[in-house]
Amino acid sequence: MKIGDLTELAIRNLREALLRNSLTTLGITVGVASLVAMLSLGAGLQHLADQRLSQSGLFNAVIVSPRNGFGDFGGATTRNQSPVVTPRQLDDVARDQIGKLPHVTEVYPNIRFPTEIYFNGSPYPTTVAGIPMSDSSDGAFDGMTGKFFSSGSADEAILQSEFARQLIAGASPNTPPNAHAGSTSPELTAELNSLLGKEITVRYAERQPLVQPAGTPLSNDAEGDAPGGFSLVPHQLNLRIVGIVETEPASGLAGPGQGRLLIPERVAEKLSAAQGSDLRALLSGGGSQTTYQSLTVRVANASEVERAESAIKDMGFSAFSLLDATRNLRVVFAVFDLLLGIFGSLALIVASLGIINTLVMAILERRREIGVLKALGAADRDIKGLFFAEAGVMGVLGGICGVVFGWLIGRALNLGTNIYLARLSLPSATISVVPLWLVISAIIFAVIVSLAAGIYPASRAAKLNPIEALRYE
Amino acid sequence: MQGNGQPAIRADRLTRLYKMGETTVRALEDISLEIGTGEFVALLGTSGSGKSTLLNLIAGLDRPTSGAIYAHGKNLAEMDSEELARHRSQSIGMVFQAFNLLPRMTMAENVELPLRLAEVDRNERAQRVRDAIERVGLSARTNHRPTELSGGEQQRAALARALVNRPAILLADEPTGNLDSATGKEIMDLLREINLSLRMTIVMVTHQRELAERYSERLLLMRDGKLEADGVRQ
Repeated sequence: MKIGDLTELAIRNLREALLRNSLTTLGITVGVASLVAMLSLGAGLQHLADQRLSQSGLFNAVIVSPRNGFGDFGGATTRNQSPVVTPRQLDDVARDQIGKLPHVTEVYPNIRFPTEIYFNGSPYPTTVAGIPMSDSSDGAFDGMTGKFFSSGSADEAILQSEFARQLIAGASPNTPPNAHAGSTSPELTAELNSLLGKEITVRYAERQPLVQPAGTPLSNDAEGDAPGGFSLVPHQLNLRIVGIVETEPASGLAGPGQGRLLIPERVAEKLSAAQGSDLRALLSGGGSQTTYQSLTVRVANASEVERAESAIKDMGFSAFSLLDATRNLRVVFAVFDLLLGIFGSLALIVASLGIINTLVMAILERRREIGVLKALGAADRDIKGLFFAEAGVMGVLGGICGVVFGWLIGRALNLGTNIYLARLSLPSATISVVPLWLVISAIIFAVIVSLAAGIYPASRAAKLNPIEALRYE
Repeated sequence: MQGNGQPAIRADRLTRLYKMGETTVRALEDISLEIGTGEFVALLGTSGSGKSTLLNLIAGLDRPTSGAIYAHGKNLAEMDSEELARHRSQSIGMVFQAFNLLPRMTMAENVELPLRLAEVDRNERAQRVRDAIERVGLSARTNHRPTELSGGEQQRAALARALVNRPAILLADEPTGNLDSATGKEIMDLLREINLSLRMTIVMVTHQRELAERYSERLLLMRDGKLEADGVRQ
C-alpha cells in the first residue's frame, strides 16, 4: 500500500477509538514535553553561561603583553611558546601588526591607571579603566543602570557600583566600603540613580615626551637626564556620570586591579596618563615611545581565538585567552544535557508502553478486519505498515503537542525564575530556551520511539492467520 | 483476466492436514481436479466436508500440506507470502457469507479498498469504483455505511469489492447463507450474469443443493475431505 493510503487509513482507524488513542497520544505528549522542558533548561542555562561569558569579554579576546615583563601572565605564557622568537616592545608598530592579522576585529590598549577623583569636594583614590565602544554592542553592559558612553570621545564615566556607593556614602578613601555594599534596597537604587548626570573630576599624571633635557617647569618628577625620557604633568579632567555597572566586564584579565571608574578607551588613550608599565619601558631604553602594558585583541569569533593567539606568540609576545576554560565548560554542559535528556526520556519510554498496549488491544478488536484485508490482497508488510503508521501518527501528534507543552513549561520556568530574580532585585535571565534543533529532534525522537513501540504489535498483526481471523466473531 | 489456455484452477493430489492437540484432522485428502476458465462451479458438501478449506487453498489464504494447487499454471504451494498476497490482489475476488464489509467505511470506500492494496493510481480508482458499483446496481447507495444497507445490498457491495480489481477467479463462500431466498436469488442472478458477461471463473461454496443445481454448470460434491462426485449439469 502507498504511504498516503496507509496514513489515511491509520488516521481513520485512530479516530475510531478516539478516547483510547487520545489518551495514548497524551502519554507521548507528556513524555515529549518533559524531554523538551528538561533539554530546554539545559540549552537555556548553556545559552545563559555563553552569554555571560561573551558579555564578560573573555570569549573572543586575546590579551597580549610583552614577554618576560611584569605584565606577563605567568604560567599561561609557558605553554605553546615558541622559544626562538625574541621578546619585543608592545608599541604602536606591534599594535598595527596585530591589527592586520586575519579575523582580528579590534586591538586596543588596556589602559588603567591610578587616580584620585573629586566628588562634592572630597577625594577618592581609585583606578580608571578605558572601555572600548564595542563593549556596548556585545552586551557586556546589558542590565547596567543608566546608559553606555554616548561616543568614543565623550567625557563621560561609568562607575562601578561599589565605588558609586562609596561616593554616595561620602566615605573617606581609607574606610572600607560602606554598610550598604552588597545590599540592593530600593532607596539605594534611587540614590545610585541620583548620581547619573553628576560631574566628577579626575586627577591624573600625564606622560609627556621630554624634548629638552632641562625638563618642564611643571614637573619635578621628570627623568631629566635620560635621553628620550618623559615627564609627568598633573592634569585634571571633568567627567559626567552616565551609568553604573555592577563590575567591570573582563576585569582581572586585562591587567592588575579592577577598574572602578570606566571611561571611553579613546579618551583614556588621549590622556596619556602614566601607567605602571611606563617605568619599565623607560628603564629598558624606549622611554620616548608609547608602549603598552597589555593590548586586548578581539577576534571575529571564539573559533579564531586559538589561531590569533599563536600568531601573536610568533610575533614575540605573550598571549592569553580563556579558550581552555570555556572548553571545559562545554564538556560540563554536554554531560548535564545528557543527564537531563535521560531523565526527560524516561517519561517517553513509559509512554511507549502505552502505545504497545493500545495497538495490541487494536489487534484484538480488529482481528476480523485484518483477515478481510489479507483476503483482499494485503501483504504482511501492508498490515505491518498500517500498524506502524498508526504508531507513527500518534508519535507525530504526541511529538508536536509535546513540543508545544514543553515550550509552555519552559516559559513558565522563565516566568517563575524572573519573578524570583525580580524579588531579589537581580537582572532577569532566560533559563529555558527551545531552539529549532530541539523542536525537530524531539518530534523525530517521539516518532522513532513510537515506531519502536509499534514493532511488536505490527509484527503480531502481520502474522495473524487470515482464516482464523475471518472466522473470529 | 487471464485465459492462457491453461485451466483456471488445477489441484494435484492436494492434501491439507490440521493438528488439533494429539489428533490430526484430514481436512482435504488427495484431491485432484481441474476447473476451466469461465466455469461456474459449485462446491457442495456438509459442514466439515473440506469445501471451505479447498476454497481457502485456491485463494492462497492457506497452504497445502502436500500436493499442488495451480492458478493459471502457477503453483500456489511454492509461492511465498508476498506472492500469495499479490495472487489474491490480482487474480482473486472473494465474497463471504458474512459480507465482511468494514463498518467504519462507506460502501464506496469498501469497494475502493482492494484498489488501495493493489496501489492503483488514485485518479483511476474513482472510475473503477463507480463501474463496479454500477454493475451490482448500487449507485444510489454509494456513500452509505454498511450498517445502513440491507443484507442483499451489503452482499452486492461485497461483490462490487470483489470485482473492482477485475480478477480472473471469483470465490464465493456461502454467498446467500445470510440472505432470505428472494434476495439470495438476486445475488445468484448477479453472479451468473457476471460469469456470462465477463467469462469470470466462479467457484461457489454452498450447502444448498437446489441453488447449486440451478445456477452452476458443474457440481463438485465433497465428503470428509474427499471429492465424492464431479458432475456437469446438462
